[in-house]
Amino acid sequence: MQPKGCIIEPVDADMNKVFKALADPSRRQLLDRLHANNGQTLGELCEHLDMTRQAVTKHLAVLEEANLVVPIWQGREKLHYLNPVPIYEIAERWIGKFERGRLRVLAELKKKLEGETNA
Amino acid sequence: MPSSRFVYVTYIRTTPEKLWQALIEPEFTSRYWAETWQESEWKPGASWRLMIPDGRVGDSGEVLEIEPPRRLVLSWRNEFRPELRAEGYSRLTYEIEKQGESVKLTVIHEIEKPGSKFIEAVSGGWPMILASLKSLLETGEPLEETRRWPEGI
Repeated sequence: MQPKGCIIEPVDADMNKVFKALADPSRRQLLDRLHANNGQTLGELCEHLDMTRQAVTKHLAVLEEANLVVPIWQGREKLHYLNPVPIYEIAERWIGKFERGRLRVLAELKKKLEGETNA
Repeated sequence: MPSSRFVYVTYIRTTPEKLWQALIEPEFTSRYWAETWQESEWKPGASWRLMIPDGRVGDSGEVLEIEPPRRLVLSWRNEFRPELRAEGYSRLTYEIEKQGESVKLTVIHEIEKPGSKFIEAVSGGWPMILASLKSLLETGEPLEETRRWPEGI
């Protein structure tokens, strides 16, 4: 029985965090940097970025809360790793079982036609 | 020290005991891990093999640490692709931690080698396998993508 409105299932609450975290371009930029080079310290992440150290720290906290970034301590260094599992779960939820092959072909085609500038 | 490492975390609504079973028992792994199963006596120093449905050994290694239902560390070498086998042994760590109603599973796969082709190759599979494991334990059904061993591999 649901009295009013809709109750957000715990699964959806987890997904909301992922969508909110991904909605911000600076946070996506941080994920891109980890995708290119996984396991970076805060200092390494701040290099060549147009963001203050405080801003990066804040964004990383949101990404960690959404389970998109996982910190691992190595000695006194905190290394940040990109965790793609929640993104995979989101994709899986809406991609039908027979669509995957065709989607991959379309994605490849788009990449080729656009000259892989965004690859 | 230079190394290649990937870290995966997923939260699963289950118990540490059930998750432990799902990580090592063939009737579970064959459902969410592309029809594969593992052979081991599951004690420190025991050998460990991941078997592929066509009868080949996919990967092999040794149980380095085992502490049910909390921690399992394996050495892990690919056996069916010579260029990956040549990289030698990697290290796979599973950590299981109860957090409220859920269990946090951390998977770390690493090798003391920068730019490892092996770690790159397995990194394509882990997110899918872990998402499927979560689905199996929470809904009773694994993800479609992981039900069969991929053809031609």
